[in-house]
Amino acid sequence: MSYLELADIEKRYGDTAAVTGFNLKAERGEFVSFLGPSGCGKTTTLRMIAGFETPTVGTIMLDGEDITHKQPNKRNVGMVFQSYALFPNMTVADNIGFGLKVRKRPADQIRKRVAELLELINLPDKGGRYPYQLSGGQQQRIALARALAFEPQVLLLDEPLSALDAKIRVALRVEIRSIQRQLGITTVYVTHDQEEALSLSDRVVVMSEGHVEQIGTPFEVYNFPKTPFVASFVGTLNVLPASVVDAARGEVTIAGQTVRIARRFEGGSGKSVNIALRPEMVKLGDGPEGSNRVSGKVIDVGFLGSIVRIRVAVGGENGPVVSLDEFNEPTLKLPEVGETLTINFPADGPLVLDSAPADPAEVLLAEA
Amino acid sequence: MSGGPAFGTRAPGALESVAGSARPRARRRVSGSRIFSWIIFLIGVLYFALPLYATLEFSLRTKVPFVAYTNVLFKDPQFSGSLLYSFVVGVITILVSLLIIVPTAYWVRLRLPRLRPIVEFVTLLPFVVPPLILVFGLLRAYSGPPLPLTGSELGLNVLVIAAYVVLSFPYMYRAVDSGLQAIDIRSLTEAAQSMGAGWPRILLRVIFPNIRVALLSGSFLTLAIVIGEYTIASFLVRPAFGPYLALLGRDKAFEPAAVTIISFGLTWIAMGMISLLGRGSRTRVQVAGAR
Repeated sequence: MSYLELADIEKRYGDTAAVTGFNLKAERGEFVSFLGPSGCGKTTTLRMIAGFETPTVGTIMLDGEDITHKQPNKRNVGMVFQSYALFPNMTVADNIGFGLKVRKRPADQIRKRVAELLELINLPDKGGRYPYQLSGGQQQRIALARALAFEPQVLLLDEPLSALDAKIRVALRVEIRSIQRQLGITTVYVTHDQEEALSLSDRVVVMSEGHVEQIGTPFEVYNFPKTPFVASFVGTLNVLPASVVDAARGEVTIAGQTVRIARRFEGGSGKSVNIALRPEMVKLGDGPEGSNRVSGKVIDVGFLGSIVRIRVAVGGENGPVVSLDEFNEPTLKLPEVGETLTINFPADGPLVLDSAPADPAEVLLAEA
Repeated sequence: MSGGPAFGTRAPGALESVAGSARPRARRRVSGSRIFSWIIFLIGVLYFALPLYATLEFSLRTKVPFVAYTNVLFKDPQFSGSLLYSFVVGVITILVSLLIIVPTAYWVRLRLPRLRPIVEFVTLLPFVVPPLILVFGLLRAYSGPPLPLTGSELGLNVLVIAAYVVLSFPYMYRAVDSGLQAIDIRSLTEAAQSMGAGWPRILLRVIFPNIRVALLSGSFLTLAIVIGEYTIASFLVRPAFGPYLALLGRDKAFEPAAVTIISFGLTWIAMGMISLLGRGSRTRVQVAGAR
């Protein structure tokens, strides 16, 4: 039996289903992220684990015990909130020691544990401060220490980095993962930021409209998406409408240019399919022998710091758009907007989607 | 090209002259608006201070200065007796009101936000129903069985406190509700719950301290209402400060003015206490966001 198990979880508010058919088995010490757009049910699921919501159907087991209907204060589950939720009337030390005081631990034991945790989060001298005297990043680290102080069985984090600026977010992300590994605590992390989910997690649960789209390691979810939604939501994806020319040889045309995909198509020629390409699969120029080559017009060159994102309209200005990334280096020669050039990608690079992503805006959202 | 500057060019010194003329005009505007503000401020001060000064001046017109004050403070046992009675009743009213309002407002905000307009309406009823109607209702309802409260001193005290609790609803509810609005009660409650805290601890250790200033404001407003209230205390024949003031006004000349000044002083002391206790509060709210 797994350490944390959610079986056939369903949550309804009247006629609206917030979560349906949710199943997850997490092992002790595993870091699992719930990833999905706003309103996909990820926070609702997390709140059901915390006990703030009760599933309409299904069971939640923690270390062999059914906690589905257990009160939140009886669950021994630590939670970190997006808004930090530090008690403004208490010092940092009192905030961290709150859970231990509730458990009636001796004062010297509480003091020792608080000092230990302040050391762990690299804020050893902040115990006497009040939350409003700390920065957002420091407050969230205190919130993390507070959630860990009473040694919960599971740590839940509800978009803990969303309110922080980009630099602190990345630094704190690394810190959270390092602390989690150090303590070996089972962790469930909710985020809509794919980079966060992919970089932190042992496994990612991709959710959409209340159901699980795919559960897998970050590598699996990114490279082998099982549904068009996962393909479009996780990472940046170029979706190109294509028409099958030779089903057996895997040949299709994109904006009038024939390319070969390393797979066979069912059905005859003329069938419409969607070809999906990750930006990193596409390169400028002719590429090695056997690569697919298509020509197009540069419509945008975006400088993103470490990379340069070039957008090319295949076959001309009105053709489908392919984004590709080039690593930034001083000698990089950037194409001009309006320039016609050739791009290439390997035959085994593209994914073939059964249908186009439901909402193209989601692709853009994922890109953002 | 002759005969003056070409279009599109500026005559030398044009900018300076424009700026030069604009600056005193702006300064005149600023000083004009400042004078207007001072006039409004002075009118406000006079509006509040003149009657107070007149009362003070009248209270001191006795042959021996301050005799009206010494008469009230040291020679009239009814003054301290009625003030003490009203104060005790006020404190009990505050406690009962807090016990009813805080959990209600908290629960409505946390779990029943849809009920908020209804609760707000109910708490406004004391503004709609005059105290006279309220006290007649109480007298009719509790003069006979099953709860004949008007037959005993204790019963009448219970009735007066119950009526004052109702009167305090609009002030107390609004104060508590705005206090709760200023903190993220949902997250604070859930954070405390996730750490194992039960409802009593959440309310006493997390919610109450974070709305302390709001509770104090509501409490002092309630105290002020109870101490000055006349109708209910009078109809229930209670030895309260309100009826004492009315009686004093009927029988004496200078003493009512002295009592007014004393009451004013007590009110200021109460206000000072709010600000002093509030200053100790460390409940600066920051829901989210980096500093």
